[in-house]
Amino acid sequence: MITKRIIPCLDMTEGKVVKGIQFVNFRDAGDPVTLAKKYDEQGADELVFLDITATTENRNILLDVVRRTAQNISIPFSVGGGIRSVEDMRLVLENGADKVAVNTGAFNNPKLITDCANYFGSQCVILSLDARQVKKNRWNVFINGGTTDTGTSAVEWAKKAVSLGAGEILLTSIDTDGMKKGFDIELTKMISKNVNVPIIASGGAGKIDDFFEVFKNGNADAALAASLFHFGELTIKEVKNYLRNKNIPVRI
Amino acid sequence: MIVIIDYGLGNLGSVKNTLNKLGVDSMISKSIDDIEKADALILPGVGSAKQGMKNLEERGLDKILINEIKKGKPFLGICLGMQLLFSESEEGNVKCLNVIDGKVKNFNSELKVPQIGWNQIKYQRSNIKDQRLFKDIPNNSSFYFVNSYYCLPSDKSISVGETEYGINYCSVLIKNNITATQFHPEKSGQVGQQFIKNWIKLI
Repeated sequence: MITKRIIPCLDMTEGKVVKGIQFVNFRDAGDPVTLAKKYDEQGADELVFLDITATTENRNILLDVVRRTAQNISIPFSVGGGIRSVEDMRLVLENGADKVAVNTGAFNNPKLITDCANYFGSQCVILSLDARQVKKNRWNVFINGGTTDTGTSAVEWAKKAVSLGAGEILLTSIDTDGMKKGFDIELTKMISKNVNVPIIASGGAGKIDDFFEVFKNGNADAALAASLFHFGELTIKEVKNYLRNKNIPVRI
Repeated sequence: MIVIIDYGLGNLGSVKNTLNKLGVDSMISKSIDDIEKADALILPGVGSAKQGMKNLEERGLDKILINEIKKGKPFLGICLGMQLLFSESEEGNVKCLNVIDGKVKNFNSELKVPQIGWNQIKYQRSNIKDQRLFKDIPNNSSFYFVNSYYCLPSDKSISVGETEYGINYCSVLIKNNITATQFHPEKSGQVGQQFIKNWIKLI
């Protein structure tokens, strides 16, 4: 049976791991390579590395950090931030990433998803979708590091991106990001119901039971967290033991 | 020297990193000369079957690989590198290398596709070679999978490990000098490293 994944996320800027609240107020969380090694040893199922200011600063991703991180871990590693072309994606993969997340670049040019999927396979292309609730049962897609409301519904964009070739969705709720009050269950459930690819829920993990909730009620396939793990409030092992005791299949 | 075949696709770096950690000499190459001189070959995965075959053909590597495999050189195919060994793939309806008789099929189930994540390998260990390949790996250990398609060999006896995802399918096979895995041993933590170590001891 396929297991539910626990994924620490390394939000990066200027070579450092940072963690913000609702996409702003970043605080330093340490060296990416050291953290990545620690999570691999603790039993993380995968790592996600997001260069969160690559798009807004209009520069390319930090390939050197990607390469050094990949050399030091033995679990899958996804990378996103500032990906605008097949060539950008190829460079990231060549430096040791296994999957690549596209966000703003894909929204502005949806063909990017198809081109990348045709070349590297859908399983390699993650749609990173940042959403914010705008009214009851309606979430919009935000781009440029969460600064721009596209006016497009998150459900519609998720469906379109999957039809174009995205193989997985990293779904971040801007509303819950860094608030530590739990994942956005309604958003996760809604996206999961509308597409047939795995969903990584992101934003809001604050206590151990939040992980159970997002798997049980949000139908997530993976749950991502950052500050909880970076600042040592919970270990991956604790989360997995808890989930296993509640009959959620996890890899111990 | 193990040669990791560079065909412009795949996570070549991860395979090389794992071999480095194990202290095994390897190189990433697309040179026909290197491939012919190699003690063993690894064809890694990630990519679509259509693009994979196209890239092999453009580099003239398809015929070389078929030759080397037929000569008996130890060969490890990973993920797409497993699928490309078969007769044909439903992914882009493409003819593949045809060194293993059978088809590569799409998961046609209610489950999410691609399968992404850690899933278990159930093995039989019916002969000595299988036993050595799974040495120090407990049955039902989890390995990392990322695939939308699975292999269906015509000769079921070559399947030495199975995984359940809607159906039970062949996730590890051994056929003479060929070993192939649908999962990514280079991304499967400790058990994955052990698997590669075991394969190296087989060659």
